[in-house]
Amino acid sequence: DTWISTQKKIHSQLSLPVYPLQENRQFGSKMTDSKYFTTTKKGEIFELKAELNSDKKEKKKEAVKKVIASMTVGKDVSALFPDVVNCMQTDNLELKKLVYLYLMNYAKSQPDMAIMAVNTFVKDCEDPNPLIRALAVRTMGCIRVDKITEYLCEPLRKCLKDEDPYVRKTAAVCVAKLHDINAQLVEDQGFLDTLKDLISDSNPMVVANAVAALSEIAESHPNSNLLDLNPQTINKLLTALNECTEWGQIFILDCLANYTPRDDRESQSICERVTPRLSHANSAVVLSAVKVLMKFMEMLPKDLDYYGTLLKKLAPPLVTLLSAEPELQYVALRNINLIVQRRPEILKHEMKVFFVKYNDPIYVKLEKLDIMIRLASQANIAQVLAELKEYATEVDVDFVRKAVRAIGRCAIKVEQSAERCVSTLLDLIQTKVNYVVQEAIVVIKDIFRKYPNKYESVIATLCENLDSLDEPEARAAMIWIVGEYAERIDNADELLESFLEGFHDESTQVQLQLLTAIVKLFLKKPTETQELVQQVLSLATQDSDNPDLRDRGYIYWRLLSTDPVAAKEVVLAEKPLISEETDLIEPTLLEELICHIGTLASVYHKPPSAFVEGSRGVQHKRLPGSAGSGESVESPDPGAAATETPPAVIPSQGDLLGDLLNLDLTPTTTTGPPPPTTSGMQMGAMDLLSGGLDSLVGLLHQGPPSLSASPSTTTLGGDIGGNPAMGAAFGAAPATMPASFNAPGSGGLDDLFDLGGGVGMPMGALNPPKAVWLPAMKAKGLEISGVFVRRAGVIQMEMTLTNKAMSVMTDFAIQFNRNSFGLAPAGPLQILTPLSPNQSIEPLNNLQVAVKNNIDVFYFSCQYPISMLFVEDGKMERQVFLATWKDIPNDNESQFQIKDCHLNSDAASNKLQSSNIFTIAKRTVEGQDMLYQSMKLTNGIWVLAELRVQAGNPNYTVSSVALAVRSLLCCVLLLTSCISVYFEDQHFVLIHNQSCLNSPTFILGRWKYLMVIQVYRKH
Amino acid sequence: MIGGLFIYNHKGEVLISRVYRDDIGGPLNGVMILLDAFRVNVIHARQQVRSPVTNIARTSFLHVKRSNIWLAAATKQNVNATMVFEFLYKMCDVMAAYFGKISEENVKNNFVLIYELLDEILDFGYPQNSETGALKTFITQQGIKSQTKEEQSQITSQVTGQIGWRREGIKYRRNELFLDVLESVNLLMSPQGQVLSAHVSGRVVMKSYLSGMPECKFGMNDKIVIDKQGKGGGSEDVAKSGKQSIAIDDCTFHQCVRLSKFDTERSISFIPPDGDYELMRYRTTKDIILPFRVIPLVREVGRTRLEVKVVIKSNFKSSLLAQKIEVRIPTPLTTSGVQLICMKGKAKYKASENAIVWKVKRMAGMKESQISAEIELLPTNDKKKWARPPISMNFEVPFAPSGLKVRYLKVFEPKLNYSDHDVIKWVRYIGRSGIYETRC
Repeated sequence: DTWISTQKKIHSQLSLPVYPLQENRQFGSKMTDSKYFTTTKKGEIFELKAELNSDKKEKKKEAVKKVIASMTVGKDVSALFPDVVNCMQTDNLELKKLVYLYLMNYAKSQPDMAIMAVNTFVKDCEDPNPLIRALAVRTMGCIRVDKITEYLCEPLRKCLKDEDPYVRKTAAVCVAKLHDINAQLVEDQGFLDTLKDLISDSNPMVVANAVAALSEIAESHPNSNLLDLNPQTINKLLTALNECTEWGQIFILDCLANYTPRDDRESQSICERVTPRLSHANSAVVLSAVKVLMKFMEMLPKDLDYYGTLLKKLAPPLVTLLSAEPELQYVALRNINLIVQRRPEILKHEMKVFFVKYNDPIYVKLEKLDIMIRLASQANIAQVLAELKEYATEVDVDFVRKAVRAIGRCAIKVEQSAERCVSTLLDLIQTKVNYVVQEAIVVIKDIFRKYPNKYESVIATLCENLDSLDEPEARAAMIWIVGEYAERIDNADELLESFLEGFHDESTQVQLQLLTAIVKLFLKKPTETQELVQQVLSLATQDSDNPDLRDRGYIYWRLLSTDPVAAKEVVLAEKPLISEETDLIEPTLLEELICHIGTLASVYHKPPSAFVEGSRGVQHKRLPGSAGSGESVESPDPGAAATETPPAVIPSQGDLLGDLLNLDLTPTTTTGPPPPTTSGMQMGAMDLLSGGLDSLVGLLHQGPPSLSASPSTTTLGGDIGGNPAMGAAFGAAPATMPASFNAPGSGGLDDLFDLGGGVGMPMGALNPPKAVWLPAMKAKGLEISGVFVRRAGVIQMEMTLTNKAMSVMTDFAIQFNRNSFGLAPAGPLQILTPLSPNQSIEPLNNLQVAVKNNIDVFYFSCQYPISMLFVEDGKMERQVFLATWKDIPNDNESQFQIKDCHLNSDAASNKLQSSNIFTIAKRTVEGQDMLYQSMKLTNGIWVLAELRVQAGNPNYTVSSVALAVRSLLCCVLLLTSCISVYFEDQHFVLIHNQSCLNSPTFILGRWKYLMVIQVYRKH
Repeated sequence: MIGGLFIYNHKGEVLISRVYRDDIGGPLNGVMILLDAFRVNVIHARQQVRSPVTNIARTSFLHVKRSNIWLAAATKQNVNATMVFEFLYKMCDVMAAYFGKISEENVKNNFVLIYELLDEILDFGYPQNSETGALKTFITQQGIKSQTKEEQSQITSQVTGQIGWRREGIKYRRNELFLDVLESVNLLMSPQGQVLSAHVSGRVVMKSYLSGMPECKFGMNDKIVIDKQGKGGGSEDVAKSGKQSIAIDDCTFHQCVRLSKFDTERSISFIPPDGDYELMRYRTTKDIILPFRVIPLVREVGRTRLEVKVVIKSNFKSSLLAQKIEVRIPTPLTTSGVQLICMKGKAKYKASENAIVWKVKRMAGMKESQISAEIELLPTNDKKKWARPPISMNFEVPFAPSGLKVRYLKVFEPKLNYSDHDVIKWVRYIGRSGIYETRC
């Protein structure tokens, strides 16, 4: 009776409708069924046995129901197996289904008796009623008994070709079931081909189920090329997409997401056909469509109109997901978190929809907060802050904490808002709510680090709350603040001393922080805190069992006792700024997760391999390459590449290349910011200090500057790296000095040293100009510029020393800091210490140098081109190359692209050869030349590479030779900079420094590197 | 895919357990361990649920709760989580369509039916056709012996067919259509009356009793469509009555609607299911008519007294009546006594809910009413300030706050002998409050 007064008619008819209500039948109307859940009599099994064997049909059925109910609540009713199976042959479909249910549960525990059921199954598969045929084949697939599986094959084969679509769609899923039990059987019986044929079935649901089954089977055979996605099948799938059920649409979209279109046009046409799905009522259809679009969008050129249209179309459906049920909202929010990291532009105007509602479940609230911070910008920060302040007064502790933390993150992200954030945080501290205060102090510490010398005036307020802090993180943060600003806090020593009393009860985090803070305090106020520092050092080193704490204690102790000046430089060093976004997902992982939108991986923010057992999780998905060049990216699987390559194109190296084709060609692409450059003077003086300057190898004497006061210049040609003659070369320098006058950078003295340019050095090799390494400003008048070259198998460091000061410079000496490739002025190669992970930001080829004269010691650092390190015997035997390439695990592989290189492959090969990068083999696939190359570094590391060259890009016509070579070298350089070597049980762990792997398009290079153990053997 | 599906009661006892895949631990003991793990970690967990997705012992559980019944899907694989949740909701809908409310009693009484449904709509963990209309043709708990061959193939072709939601050969003496525009208007307003966020989420719900396989076309005052037509010369319409069209932010459709046609022509055409269904959902954020404005005034008088005054103003045509108006004013936990004066309706302090509930049966448009309350507080030395939850409001109004208007619903059935004019059509608009909150 809801259709009352407010009803209005569209048309003018006014007759009152009497519409038939559908009869609402009471299903399972017997209100007695629930009684089966409560029977707990003893001797029940015996009674049931009797009932199951009863002649009366009704009684039989009731008995089976009781058995199923017992099974559900976890009672063991397997003893009734033969009796239940006896009930199987019945006309009553309801009873039959119950018996089947029992069979599925217990067949595995009674395999011999399960065989009794086979006959009925086989018979049912021939039943005229399609519902019964399907039921039989569906159930048989669920009985995981080998002997039954054998009997399943023939009925399944028939059902796959059944005239009724309902049977075919059931049979399609059954192939996946059978594959799960016995994969080999499925292959041998040819079911996979039949399944592939079903993709072209006329019925959309059959297509959808076949796609689901094939996708699942393909997951356990990563390289089987089972799905064989090509434009024709894609077209079939897209057609079925419009017709099948909502679930079928999800299967198809998830499958489409694995396809890599050949070019941006194909990509766009698929996107156009997928976008209507964004209006589907089923959120899963929407998110799967979003996944396909996010992935294929990578291939669209950004300047394309359609690209912008697509971006605009994505926002509304994502927002709509937030009005779904809370569980779906949660999944959607976890995915939106990924999407805004990848493409922030999509939702940048939608901040308001992420505002937290009072009644949202806590898991939705927490996720919304995360996204609010990600979308925070100068434009909306006022609104965001007002909201966050509201949230900080709510009830749920976790939520309040996160809100407080979010205010801190806003301060760090949007500089203009920092001041307001700090004052908001101070307001919150005034509330004296314990956990709010603690959280606020933790974030204020970060704000201090981001904006030094700006907000320290609030320290006094913070100190007032010292007593209320009971959580380690907050205590550690507060101690850090006291130590860092000890000079501004009058009673810093008292404050820190108060913590010291319960030193051993504190958590490690607090202990470490306390140790550092007191050492800082001592260095700032040495006179009054000597006792305190001794106390903490002895607590840390003598009374503690924690090795981290002890080691840190010892380091400080020794530093302080040997060289307080150095200690000051170490402990009070300038800290690097903290980055804006601290919790961004690492780019490679993010790319992988984008490929998994909608799935559990996107909910956990972990790759599937982290939570899926077995082979299914191993495959790493990745986004297709970026658009622009219009050339094809990696083909999705090597098999496809192989079949599309006409055999005639394979040149003489047939054997080798044939083998190469079988290699796994699925490396991960990584992009990231360019490697940070280190400034000349920013170097750890520590190593040099500890070594002292006494052991300097060579001494240089320079005569007085000419009276005309023009700067005097010395060109120094010296051999570095494994050449014992170096000392002699240095020794010779003073004598030739006058001749080098006015000839900086020309290498004019080379002849004198018999190191003439061009000897043993093919034309065209990299020969960069000298660069200023040490400006005169920084070295009291001494300017050093230089360059590294490799000549006749020897690495040379050519330096030009210029005296721009007014006085005489004498007593020159040089020393290198320890470096990655063990370069040292003369003398044998040193064995290196491994780079620690946090050092890896610095390029490996960074060389830190100290030069001494009568005035002072000057430090500078310079980078030598990695090509210096390529030795002449870097050409690997072809067979060795092949074997090695195969052996190297894929993890060791990096891939990147070189842009704006306009050489053909032969030219590139020649250029590279001149820098000791040798081409081992070459093949041509789809108009791309693939060069397989090897090089060897001085320390014995082999680097193997695959270089792809796409011939003739008409857009660019001119380019220089040097560029090509240098770009490539630069790549090798980047590549090697991600090799940090650790020994762990004789294995090499490779730390990829993602930020180093950077470069846009043109030649696709693939590098594999290999360690030679003898060089890096652990001592 | 889904490895197993379980239904628990509020105590954590298993009512239904269906295993689809061996990887979650085999149907016997392994599953019992999993069932216990979920009970202990989620149902019996002391904390409130922190996530609808839980990973226990390398198995992922995705669960929803309906009244006090828990539905959980377990899996060891990287399943499409969105799909699993959509499926769980669908499962609830299907069960509700068969036996009404999802309660422990109903689940236990219908456990055989539920097993039969689970066997049909989930195969090896892959959701299959779950349209109630189709399922009811062959899952009847009555046995299917009596079907003829034609009937059987009709069933299978409907279950697998392109129009899985409608069977052929439906006949009505009188062809009728009911169309409801149901909107819920959501608002978050600052104490100063600034709209922080507002949106309408609307649904178009239909009941169709039409013979044959009718082709329907639905039209509304969608801005994009009107603007397109406006170019042809219909601009005087717009001038005549001001706001003629509305901007729809986004809409989603029942699977019967041809999405590609909507994408290209923005026309909504479909073959409707028989009986009740939800044709579309939509969302608007622009030019929303906010039916009520709430003006709060909270004053703390000393430490033990609070004065609250709340004014509500109705903001729609005075000829229309709003119904079921309820204003909920939260009070501090330390409230010891409340005195209330209201101009209209009835107001009560509900200690168990920590709120003053003010109910007004009817209120015409362009009116105003107010309530004042004096709240006595117990003195405490608790440092934490009262969080001041927002004042929320419920109501029902006989118009669509988004401004949506149905322009036409045309029915074509070329094969049968009835035309668009013979169909009796009804339309009604209801606007309800969603989360309608004003901070104080």
